Amino acid sequence: MAGPGADMQWCFSQVKGAIDDDVAEADIISTVEFNHTGELLATGDKGGRVVIFQQEIENKNLPQFRSEYNVYSTFQSHEPEFDYLKSLEIEEKINKIRWLPQKNAAQFLLSTNDKTIKLWKISERDKRPEGYNLKEEDGRYKDPNSITALRVPVLIPMDLMVEASPRRVFSNAHTYHINSISVNSDNETYLSADDLRINLWNLEITDRSFNIVDIKPTNMEELTEVITAAEFHPLHCNTLVYSSSKGTIRLCDMRESALCDKHSKLFEEPEDPSNRSFFSEIISSISDVKFSHNGRYMMTRDYLSVKVWDLNMENRPVETYQVHEYLRSKLCSLYENDCIFDKFECCWNGNDSVVMTGSYNNFFRMFERSQRRDVTLEASRENSKPLQVLKPRKVCAGGKRKKDEISVDSLDFNKKILHTAWHPQENIIAVATTNNLYIFQDKVN
Amino acid sequence: MFAKGTKRKFSDPGEEPALGAELGPVVRPLSSTYSLQRQSLLDMSLIKLQLCHMLVEPNLCRSVLIANTVRQIQEEMTQDGTWQIMTQALAAAQCPADRLVATEVLCRPSEALAAAQSPKPLPAGPEEEEEEEEEEVVVAAAMEEDVDSEANPLSSSSFLPAPFGAEPGWEDEEDDSEDEDSEECPSDAEDVPDSRRGDQVFGTFEIKHPAPPPDPALEELFSDVDPSYYDLDTVLTGMQSTPKMGPYDLLDSLSPHAAPALSTGTSCRSDLNELDHIMEIIVGS
Repeated sequence: MAGPGADMQWCFSQVKGAIDDDVAEADIISTVEFNHTGELLATGDKGGRVVIFQQEIENKNLPQFRSEYNVYSTFQSHEPEFDYLKSLEIEEKINKIRWLPQKNAAQFLLSTNDKTIKLWKISERDKRPEGYNLKEEDGRYKDPNSITALRVPVLIPMDLMVEASPRRVFSNAHTYHINSISVNSDNETYLSADDLRINLWNLEITDRSFNIVDIKPTNMEELTEVITAAEFHPLHCNTLVYSSSKGTIRLCDMRESALCDKHSKLFEEPEDPSNRSFFSEIISSISDVKFSHNGRYMMTRDYLSVKVWDLNMENRPVETYQVHEYLRSKLCSLYENDCIFDKFECCWNGNDSVVMTGSYNNFFRMFERSQRRDVTLEASRENSKPLQVLKPRKVCAGGKRKKDEISVDSLDFNKKILHTAWHPQENIIAVATTNNLYIFQDKVN
Repeated sequence: MFAKGTKRKFSDPGEEPALGAELGPVVRPLSSTYSLQRQSLLDMSLIKLQLCHMLVEPNLCRSVLIANTVRQIQEEMTQDGTWQIMTQALAAAQCPADRLVATEVLCRPSEALAAAQSPKPLPAGPEEEEEEEEEEVVVAAAMEEDVDSEANPLSSSSFLPAPFGAEPGWEDEEDDSEDEDSEECPSDAEDVPDSRRGDQVFGTFEIKHPAPPPDPALEELFSDVDPSYYDLDTVLTGMQSTPKMGPYDLLDSLSPHAAPALSTGTSCRSDLNELDHIMEIIVGS
C-alpha cells in the first residue's frame, strides 16, 4: 500500500451521475459501500435504488494503471410504503448498504430503508441452456407427436447478465427509523439499530429478531437521548458498539446478558467548559461510528470533529481531528438552516493509517494519523479531467484571505459530502456529493 | 423575529456574548441583546419542533436535540428569573370572556399581586424577599399595562421584554414565585440545574381543563395534567388526531427526568389558542 496521506497525490478517476445542476430528489445518494475485496462498489439513493459498480481489473501491471468502475447492476431495492396506522409515509430511501463476505459465486448485500432490511443476491449469468427437446425456441411446448428423439439441452455462452434477487425481507421489527446495520464476524447474524433499539437477526430467519439494546424510556416525555449508530466489532462476534446523540459510545458484550442495556464500557470525553454553548449537545451528537480494520480502535464523527478511540481507554479519545472548526462561530446560522443536524460519515483506509470524512462545499478531509498531517480536497466537475491531480483546498476562517483560499462565508452549505468510502486494499476512494459519485485514486499506485 | 422591548439600562455592549459563543459557568449578564438572542433561539427551536407535520415521520434524533436545546434555554431562563415573567406575561394575555376564568383573574392587578405572592415557598432570605417584592411590582405593572391594552394583541407580546428592563436587580434574582407546588424552595445557587424546576416550568403552558372554579389564589388555576395526552411519541410522530397545540404546549410534553419527589398537578395552565395566536404574531412580525 502507498504511504501516508500527505504523500499521496489524489487524482480524479471517474464521476458517476447526472451532470446537470438540477438535482432530482430520487438521485440523491444516501449511502456508499465497497465490498470486502473492493471489486464492487455499491451506492443507494433516495429513490430506493441500488447501483453496483464493478472494478475492471485490466492492465494492472502498467504504471499508469487506472482502475475503472463500471455499472454492474442496478435494481430497485425498496419502494415507498404507507403506514396506515400512523398515516405516515415510509420513505424508500436506502439508509445503509452492507456487503456480506463472499461465500460462493454470488454476492450478497443487505440494504435497508427506515423500516425494512432486505438481503439481496447478486449473481452472474453468462450461459444459457439451448436445445430443449420438448420446447420451441420461444418456450412453447412442441406437439408431443412431433418429437422423435431425446436431447439434453446444452449450455452455451451468452452476454453477461447480472441479476439481483431479494432473498430475505426482514420487516416489522422497528418502530423507529433504522440508522445502522452491521454484519457480524460470525457471518450468521447481523444487527439493525433504530433510534431507540438494536435488534439481532439471523441472516436465514426473517420472522424473528432479538432485541439486544432498548433505551426507550417508559415515559416518552423523558426521552433525551437516542441511538445514532451501531456496529459489530470486526473480529469479536460478541462485541458491538453504539453511539448516542449525547456524544457517548457504549460497548456491549453480548455474552454478559441477553439484553445489553448495561454497557461494558462507556466512552465519553468530558466537555470543555470554555466551549460550552446552547449548541454544545447538538454538535457533540455522534453521526457515525466505525471500528478500525484491526479492531483495536474505533472512530466517531460528531459535527465538528473526528475522534479516534482506543478501545481500552474510555475517558477520552486518543486522537481528535478538527474537520471544520471555522464553523464553530456559525453554529447559530447552521442551527437555523438545519445544517447542524447533518450526519457526516467517516471511514478508515485499509491499514488504518488514514481516516477520511466529508464537509461542506463538496470538500472532504483526510487525516493521516501517525504524521498528524491533513489535507482538504474538493470533489467538483471542474477538477474532473482524467488523472488530474487534486489540489489541496484551504478555508480562510477570518482575517485576510490568501489567494486560492475560500472564505467561510462563501462556502456552499447545500453541497455536502456525507458519504465516503475507502477501498479496503488500495488507495481508491469513493466520495458522494449530492447526486454524483466521484472516484479518486492515488497517483502512486 | 422577536418582540420589541425596552433596552436594559444595564446592557454592556462590549461584553455581550454571542449565543453560539462560549457561555462560561459564571453568571451571565442579562443584557438585552443576549436575552433577545436567547429568546429568538427559543422561538426558533419551538417552531422547528412544531413543523414536524410532514407526510413522513419526523427525524426523532433532530427532535430530541431541539427539545433538549429548548430545555437548556428554559433552565437558564428559569435561573435568570426571566422564565417566570414570560410565562406570566403569556398567561395574562388577553382572552375572550368565555375562556379561562383563571386567566381573567390574572389580568386583575390586585389578584395578580396576591397570586404572585401566594405560591411562594419559604423565602430564602431577606435580600431575596426584597427582590421578590420588586418583581411583583413590576409584574403587576405589566399586568396593568396589559389590561389597558387588552384589545390590542400586539401589545401583549410587546411587553414581554419590558419587565426585563424595569428592574436592575433582576439578573441576580432567584426564580422562586414560579414554584407552584408545595415543595421547598429550590436551592438559591444559580449554578444548580434544578431538574424539578425544569419540570415545573414545563408544565406551565398547558390547558387541560378549561373551567376551573373562580378563585383568586393562583394554586386554583393549576389543574392536573394527563401526561399521556401529550406523549412525546405522539407529538413527534405527527399524528393527525393530535389537536393543534400552541408552541409552548410542547414544553409540557418535553418534561425531562420526572423527579420522583415532584408533586404532580401543580403547574400553571394557559390557554392553548391564545399562545398559538401570540406565537403567530411573534413569528409573523
